[in-house]
Amino acid sequence: MSVLDLSIKELQEKLNNKEMTVTDIVQASYDRIKATDGDVQAFLTLNEEQALEQAKALDEEGIDENQFPLFGMPIGIKDNIVTKGLRTTCASQILSNLDDPLYDATVIQKLDQAKAINVGKLNMDEFAMGSSTENSSMKLTRNPWNIDYVPGGSSGGSAAAVAAGQVPFALGSDTGGSVRQPASYCGVVGMKPTYGRVSRFGLVAFASSLDQIGPLTRTVEDNARILEVIAGEDTMDSTSANVDVPKYSEALTGDVSGLKIAVPKEYFREGVDEKIQESVREALKVLEDKGAICEEVSLPHSKYAVATYYMIASSEASANLARFDGVRYGKRSEEANDMMEMFKLSRSEGFGEEVKRRIMLGTFALSSGYYDAYYKKAQQVRTLIKQDFEQIFEEYDVVIGPTAPTTAFKVGEQIDDPLTMYANDIITIPVNLAGVPGISVPCGFHPDNDMPIGLQIIGKHFDESTVYRVAHAYEQATDHHKQKPQLGGAK
Amino acid sequence: MSKISKDQVKHVANLARLAITEEEAEKYSEQLSAIIDFSEQLNELDTSNVKPTTHVLDMKNVVRKDEPKEWISKQDALKNAPDQEGGQFRVPSILD
Repeated sequence: MSVLDLSIKELQEKLNNKEMTVTDIVQASYDRIKATDGDVQAFLTLNEEQALEQAKALDEEGIDENQFPLFGMPIGIKDNIVTKGLRTTCASQILSNLDDPLYDATVIQKLDQAKAINVGKLNMDEFAMGSSTENSSMKLTRNPWNIDYVPGGSSGGSAAAVAAGQVPFALGSDTGGSVRQPASYCGVVGMKPTYGRVSRFGLVAFASSLDQIGPLTRTVEDNARILEVIAGEDTMDSTSANVDVPKYSEALTGDVSGLKIAVPKEYFREGVDEKIQESVREALKVLEDKGAICEEVSLPHSKYAVATYYMIASSEASANLARFDGVRYGKRSEEANDMMEMFKLSRSEGFGEEVKRRIMLGTFALSSGYYDAYYKKAQQVRTLIKQDFEQIFEEYDVVIGPTAPTTAFKVGEQIDDPLTMYANDIITIPVNLAGVPGISVPCGFHPDNDMPIGLQIIGKHFDESTVYRVAHAYEQATDHHKQKPQLGGAK
Repeated sequence: MSKISKDQVKHVANLARLAITEEEAEKYSEQLSAIIDFSEQLNELDTSNVKPTTHVLDMKNVVRKDEPKEWISKQDALKNAPDQEGGQFRVPSILD
């Protein structure tokens, strides 16, 4: 049993009882990273010196749990969240020299105020575009359950680090499934909060109408405790919502009796692995045994979500990524003779293939003569997808299905085929388009490859409490979350 | 169906400020055409009376008082610049 297998509550009790120090915990995290990251390759940058200094300072201060909800808790950060003075690259060559960012993202400030400790920055698909973390220009992250497999993406480093026990908690970002899908592939808990729940200030923008930051953890309770800290309105993000943040950890009552669960038939159709469908149906039985009521429903526009998403997300990305021009920060091409050449060469040298493909698609969809046919059309279909959820939520408390149509696939298996790769997000994407919250929790292992399966629970706008309550009730009734991979797992 | 020609690809690349080779233009022509073809499925839906969603929450414009605040200093802002001179970002010549 390692200290890194304990929950926030257990760790804080041990700190309180003086059974261990913050330094012990943070040092254990770095020891595990050193022992396992040669295989997993989750971290891009370590914050070791500063983190250990902070730990020492906290040990000297003494704990006041009520005042500091994450006192001394080590946390890894996806590398598209800006950290002052700590290299932030988005796993892109164009930012590979950004060693000294000028400010902290709002979530980093909030973690800091809660006295959490930033262990380091985690690998991802470049600019969060991808579903396997193979689009990183920095390194290839492996799935801790079997290093022949991808960890999923784009928050693959975050999911792999938590699964490998390198850090107990991490932050990721989710635009079309980028927290939930890697959580599913790596057998951990991953939450995408309601759009507007968490400030996006300092999250390097990919698709601004879809992006949300969310926690990846080993248990639902830890996840709830971290969201409590990072959520809330922020004057630096005008899309952050002025809605009270409840104590999510207090919603974990275990009681789901009478709760109405909608089960969309579209989430169990062709293309969704049969063994995964079985696992999810077993999970629904677990919840029924606890008194929940499950009924089949239809979200008829689900099948249009992938096409809608790629138009909207790529269009927004093409605008957001226009800021990387080699003028103010990041890499500038040394080959350029004039200004226009400098823009073009810096961007072409600095961006990887998938990023360029999406910039091209988005620029095309927004260009004169095509805007109405592609971008506006996609925004209209987005309305229909959102209305599907609104109708269901008039009658039901949550929607449940699989997180992903398959388990993790092998490294190199899908990288050459964009449309196949995009299909991995078919069940997570509608959630971002509708802006509702969704979580992935472990619900077993696939009998063919022993890789983890994820259960997705989707809730109403700003009703993360119910999502957490259902996820927790299921988790507590099963043992899936207690399984650890051999690699870097409990010894 | 909507085949995107190599010329169109080059036009879009210019708009996106990307330098692309002939081979890349060929590749993007194929890949973008495939993605656009895939998205043609959206035309199965009649959306003539559907309002486009630009924002998922029913939010109105959010305003705050416009008060000056301390933020990044000029010196800091130039810290990560590839090139600078006299307190400004320096770039290659714009005109010949």
